[in-house]
Amino acid sequence: MSGHSSYVPTNRFMRWVDARLPLPRLVYDSFVAFPVPRNLNYAYTFGGILSLMLGIQIVTGVVLAMHYSGNSALAFHSVEQIMRDVNWGWLMRYMHANGASFFFVAVYIHIFRGLYYGSYKAPREILWILGVVIFLLMMATAFMGYVLPWGQMSFWGATVITGFFTAFPIIGDPIQQLLLGGFAVDNATLNRFFSLHYLLPFMIAGVVILHIWALHVTGQTNPTGVEVKTKDDVVPFTPHATIKDGLGMVVFLLFYCWFVFYMPNFLGHPDNYIPANPLKTPAHIVPEWYFLPFYAMLRAITFNIGPIDSKLGGVLVMFGSIIVLFFLPWLDTSRVRSAVYRPIYRIFFWVLVVDTIFLGWLGSRPAEGIYPTLALIGTIYYFAHWLVILPVLGLVETPRKLPASIAEAVLGPNYASGTAAGAAPPSGSVSAPENR
Amino acid sequence: MSVDHPIEPTRRDFLLIATGAVAAVGAAAAIWPFIDQMNPDAATLALASIEVDVSQVAPGQSITAKWRGRPVFIRQRTDEEVKAAKGAPLGDLKDPVARNANLPSDAPATDENRAAPGKENWLVMVGVCTHLGCIPLGQSGDYDGWFCPCHGSTYDTAGRIRSGPAPENMAIPPFEFTSDTTLRIG
Ligand code: FES
Repeated sequence: MSGHSSYVPTNRFMRWVDARLPLPRLVYDSFVAFPVPRNLNYAYTFGGILSLMLGIQIVTGVVLAMHYSGNSALAFHSVEQIMRDVNWGWLMRYMHANGASFFFVAVYIHIFRGLYYGSYKAPREILWILGVVIFLLMMATAFMGYVLPWGQMSFWGATVITGFFTAFPIIGDPIQQLLLGGFAVDNATLNRFFSLHYLLPFMIAGVVILHIWALHVTGQTNPTGVEVKTKDDVVPFTPHATIKDGLGMVVFLLFYCWFVFYMPNFLGHPDNYIPANPLKTPAHIVPEWYFLPFYAMLRAITFNIGPIDSKLGGVLVMFGSIIVLFFLPWLDTSRVRSAVYRPIYRIFFWVLVVDTIFLGWLGSRPAEGIYPTLALIGTIYYFAHWLVILPVLGLVETPRKLPASIAEAVLGPNYASGTAAGAAPPSGSVSAPENR
Repeated sequence: MSVDHPIEPTRRDFLLIATGAVAAVGAAAAIWPFIDQMNPDAATLALASIEVDVSQVAPGQSITAKWRGRPVFIRQRTDEEVKAAKGAPLGDLKDPVARNANLPSDAPATDENRAAPGKENWLVMVGVCTHLGCIPLGQSGDYDGWFCPCHGSTYDTAGRIRSGPAPENMAIPPFEFTSDTTLRIG
């Protein structure tokens, strides 16, 4: 894919640069001439949208850090000053706070797109694993960022999440004290979270570069799951993908701006406008919406399992719900990538979507009555999807007939193609068949 | 040079391994300050014990003191509450040990072992849920003890975990009644 370069410097200066640091060549090959499958739909624009959101978060974040104080006595007040006194401070903060939410909106669509079209299958395992690493870094960054305003939800969210570490026997308490810099969440904690919150986005940017590099080595998947075979299957990145990504970004930004300007606090929690009080827990602690499914799984384990007490069990289940994603390329045994050609997987895919949303809703409910039981059912199904349904389904499901090529899928079966229709899945349409 | 034993270690091998080992120890020693700086600093560790005046706490009332950055609940329980706590069979308890810093670590979680010695109505405990560290709400929940709003753990009137995700009874800090009305914690 990243084969030979078609870049031709247009003038003497560019030739001079190209012989010394071929950066223009890299940009040209990656974002202009780079061949993309001709059948990409709008679900494939979220990679570009995510890069844009990372950029927005870094720019607004750097600006906010010019006015924010990472000290527990001043933090809450400095955020209020940003809102009231700093020129355009309200805009910067609302862009940043809602930007985090929309970052997660985009990443969840991006992840589910990958699940639907089997983007994680060979030869894209490392690409997928890097994506999961980015997701984990995003969660750590978002969590620490939410602590910085030092409101009640900031404080108690930090208490609960750092409390996870106390679940581990023997090493748990020392690790928690190392993270907090004290015996409870306090100024030391806030200060270091500020430092790390500033650092992590740049680490995300670094992993994003690796993610895109891996993408450009294997090439993109596409809705058919059939690998690119001929020049007829692809179009150049510019203008085709550039324009499509551009429109995707504009529409996405419209929704984003609607929140920023008309309902900036809709996704936040009103209790975070109460200054942190270490002696009073709010009646009902909820994390930000994008953590709710994981929070529901944490609370679903209310019983001891053998030597594992309920607290450790909940923490393990919650971390496990993401760790399991690392193994997805090997858990899914089907050789067909795209759910378009997997009639049964397609149903289970949508059940998983519903289960995740259901868990998210349960995470927002108080942990009383029927809710923990429902959360347990949802959690069991979530794990069953990865550990039971996917491995078994690949063995028992009969996929639909795959098109011979992307061009055939787009242009119809009369498109001149050498491959006989109706034969076994054509080579390249399944993931690494030679290894099975 | 011995031709028969070509793999016999040479002095150069020894020097290489020895140098490598010294470099590894040196690297670890250089990294340690960067990790250890995150641990609680001297000011945080300088934990003074606190004295609390409990003369104003009538039966059925509680106060909260702050010790080591965390709340300590000091409650003079009513006779009914003590009776309810004593009535709970030990076999029903999720955590059978007292978690009392003033007693051996395997003391059973009876009401006497949880309450202040000789003053069974008084309960002094760190008011931090043993699940993930929220502060439970007093006199609520199914056992009329404490209820943690975060993930729904319920504690009884002796602060023992009865249901929900928390694994342990709430901790009893080291404390002592220095007089009838003063309590020293820590
Ligand atoms: S912190 Fe109390 S139940 Fe989780």
